This record gives sequence, C-alpha cells and structure tokens, in this order.
Amino acid sequence: MNQTQQHPSALVRLVGGLGDQALYVLADLGRMGIFLFFALFGLFKHPFRWKEVLKQLSFIGAGSITVIFFTALSSGMVLGLQGYYSLHKFGAEGMLGSAVSLTLIMELGPVLTALMVAGRAGSAMCAEIGIMRISEQIDALECMAIDPFRYLISPKVLAALISVPLLTAMFDVVGIMGGYLAGVKLMGVNGGAFFAGMEQSVTNHDIRLGVIKSFVFGLLVVWICTGRGYFVQRIRGAGFGAESVSKVTTQAVVMSSIAVLIFDYLLTAVLL
Amino acid sequence: MSDPILEPGQPAIRFVEVCKSFGERTRRHLVLDRVSFSVPRGRTTVIAGGSGQGKSVILKLILGLLRPDSGQVLVGDSDVASLGYKDLQELRMRFGVLFQGAALFDSLTVFENIALPLRERTRLSDGEIHSKVSATLEQLELTGHEDKYPAQLSGGMKKRVGLARALQLEPEVVLFDEPTTGLDPVMTKEIYELFVGTQQRLGYTAVIVSHDIPQIFSLADQIILLNKGELDVFTDASRIPASTKPAIRDFARQVMGQSVSE
Repeated sequence: MNQTQQHPSALVRLVGGLGDQALYVLADLGRMGIFLFFALFGLFKHPFRWKEVLKQLSFIGAGSITVIFFTALSSGMVLGLQGYYSLHKFGAEGMLGSAVSLTLIMELGPVLTALMVAGRAGSAMCAEIGIMRISEQIDALECMAIDPFRYLISPKVLAALISVPLLTAMFDVVGIMGGYLAGVKLMGVNGGAFFAGMEQSVTNHDIRLGVIKSFVFGLLVVWICTGRGYFVQRIRGAGFGAESVSKVTTQAVVMSSIAVLIFDYLLTAVLL
Repeated sequence: MSDPILEPGQPAIRFVEVCKSFGERTRRHLVLDRVSFSVPRGRTTVIAGGSGQGKSVILKLILGLLRPDSGQVLVGDSDVASLGYKDLQELRMRFGVLFQGAALFDSLTVFENIALPLRERTRLSDGEIHSKVSATLEQLELTGHEDKYPAQLSGGMKKRVGLARALQLEPEVVLFDEPTTGLDPVMTKEIYELFVGTQQRLGYTAVIVSHDIPQIFSLADQIILLNKGELDVFTDASRIPASTKPAIRDFARQVMGQSVSE
C-alpha cells in the first residue's frame, strides 16, 4: 500500500470534508422541505385539533402581546425622536408621521414582531418538540398510528399564521402611537400634520407588503423552530439528551432570525 | 380479509436475514448482521443482550420506525418496509408499545394519556371513552390518580399508565422496551405480575426487550439472546450456556455467572 492511500493529503481531506458537509446540508434542506410539506398537508387532515389551535393562539399570540407592546412602543418613540431630529434640519417636521408609519408598516413591524415571536414562542416550540422527540413521545404517537404532523405541528403552524400578522398589526398601531407621543407630545410637532402626513403617504400597497411579510415571517419562524426540534437527533454536532435540545433551540432561534432578515430583503426587493 | 397476525399456526413476526447499521457512510456500525428469528403468536418472547446490541432496534424495525438495510421484517404476511403510509398506520393499530421511559405526554393528565388512542383512533363517544378508561384505571389500580400529570407519578406508576395506554386499542402484539428499567425490585415484581395478568386476560403476543437477566426469563416462552452480532434462540433458559455460538456463551458467562461447558 502506498503512502497516499495510508495518509490522504490535506487537500484531499479538505475537499472530502467540504463534500461531506455539502451532502449533510443538502440532506438537511431536504428533510426540512419534506417537514414543511407534511406540516402544511396536516392542516387539511381530519380530525383537525381546533382546541389545540386555540391553545397555541393563546401561547404564540396572546402570550406575546406584552413583549410586542413594549418593543413597538420603544421602537416607535425612538423613530419619532430620531425622525424629528433628522427632519428638523430640513424644516420638514410635518413629514414625521409619514416617515414613522411607513418605516413601521413596511419594515420594522413585520421584522421585529417575527424576531420577538422567534425569541419568545419559537424557542419554546423548538424545546417542546425536541423534548418530545428525545423522550420518545413522538415515537409513541407514531406507534399509536397518530400522525405527529397533524397532532403536533400543524396546529402550531396555523396559530402562527394567524397570530403573527395580528401581532404585526398591533405592533404597527402601538409603534405609530409611540412615534406620536415622542414627536407630537414631547417635541411639539403638529398632531394634525403628523396624521395627515401618514394618511397621504401610506398606501394599500405598503400595507399589503407588510401583511405579506408578516405571513411569510410567521411561517419561517414556526417552520424552522418546530422543524429543528423535530429533527433534534439528526442535527450534526448537537450532542445528546438535554444538551442537544438546548443547542438546537439556540440554533433554531438564530436560524429563524437570519431567515427573517434574508427574506425581508428578498420580499422588499421583489414586492416594493 | 383474513388477518395475517391472527392466522392460526403462523408466527406473529418473522425476521429474515435482517441487516441494520448506523452512522456516517464512512463509519458504519453494523448492529444487526443477517438476523433471522420468529415470534410465535400468543406467546412471550424475551429479547436480551448487552447494551448497544440492537435490542431496541428490533422493536423499531417491527414498528416500521426504522427500515432494514437488507432482509425482511414480516408481520403476518406483510413486509413492514414495503408498506405504504396507510397500511403501516393500520398495522401499527394492531400493536401496543410500552416505552422504556413510558413516553407519556407531559402536558396531558393520566386520564388524557390513556384516552388519547381512543380519542384519536376510534369513533367512540366521550361517555364510552370515559367508561372504558375508568375500567382500565381500576384494573391497573390507578383510580384516584387520573387527574395527575406524568411529572407527579413514580416510575412504576408511569409504567402502569404506559401499559394502560398501550392496551387501549386491544392490540394483538404488545412490545415492551425495558419495562423494568429504573424500578426497584418490588416495583419490578409488580410490573411482571401486571404483565402476566393482562396477557392472560387479553391473550396478546408479547415481545419484551430487557436486560433484567435472569429474572425476565421466568416470563419467557422463547428467549432470543444477542451479543456481538451473534443471535441464538432458546425455549429454555437452562440451555443458554450450551449455546453453539461463542459470543452467546461469553454473554451467559458474564451475565448469568454460570460455568459454560465447551
């Protein structure tokens, strides 16, 4: 046996390692794609668990109201203050309502809502599914001939698709009120000009863009977070047991946040 | 349509030259190497062996949760790996499984856990489900615990709830994955008595994966021993040390502490 066969060169090892990683990523993407298909297909399977949807609406939606409220209020007030100082230089304070509302409706509302939902509810969903996986609860469902997608995943998907757009709408309203407080009540911008500017500049197209984004981001968050939990035992480098669930939960929040930011750019570029 | 599992004289389950390996492509670990055996209908088969020898893998292959690399796993006449989604679901309805950690749903009460297969897989009314589950609770001495959550139960009680859930759909075959792991000797005896009682009453085929050697052998009509890729089948535990397979004799010597005649 020659030297090369015994000890592959560094280049061969590097190329082999890259190829191995590429195959893993492809397999992982395939798994996640099939997971999404079954999760959406489960929405149309009988009997649908409406009570579970209500429970998830309460958890993802109602449970996120506080964090969304404060994030929106803070973002809106900061936008109001910073917008005022920028516009004041050009004597265009009257445009503050337009600037705040467009930024919130088209951009910050959908993005920050999705990031908050990923951090609060997405992490919990990932950990819940992951623990169910490692404690054989998902295997138990399969053994009882109960479809785990219909039973576990699809109600979460539907709840996220309903609650994320609603939370985004709430974010927009609270954010605009925050901008109003900072701009009108604190900095003295004319209240009529604030709302008139908003009314003149915000179109149906802008609102539609915000709504589409919120649906897509909601789906991304619930898909990635539940999917990572579901495949917790097949994720390379995640380890075993409780450690694997904690690592994969962190990974799910990071991945869903990055996915939201990437799709934000793509959707803006395509739909604006 | 005839029922293959219930067909008289036919084994409930057959493994034919089954191979199964795990791991990355370059580092495959062969767990089952051309394994063949039959599980007789209505009897108790115990599968024993060291850790990592593929005992639980056998259960997952029977349920179609894993696919063999080669060979066939036959339940009645059906090759599990070749079944479509619906047929596999129908097949799984005929099985009950008691998992190692009981696999109870944390967010459901004892009552809801036991009622789950009835709610999801039958058209029984709430009243019928309530009376059926209440009867099971009474039989397994769980009355009074129905509103507790799994986290509030002892290990033995969790296993009883798991068994109650596994028996709800009156399965033809019940698979037990390490049913006494983590239990003290008193609880272990209690679970064995429960097993004997329910099997006598319901007449199911039992496959028990266990490392509780040699106590578990007292329940067995057939013993399958696995060690280092070798498999041997016995109808009597006293014949184990005389196995023709060296790895099985080694295992018997280590675990059962018996001298082995060559």
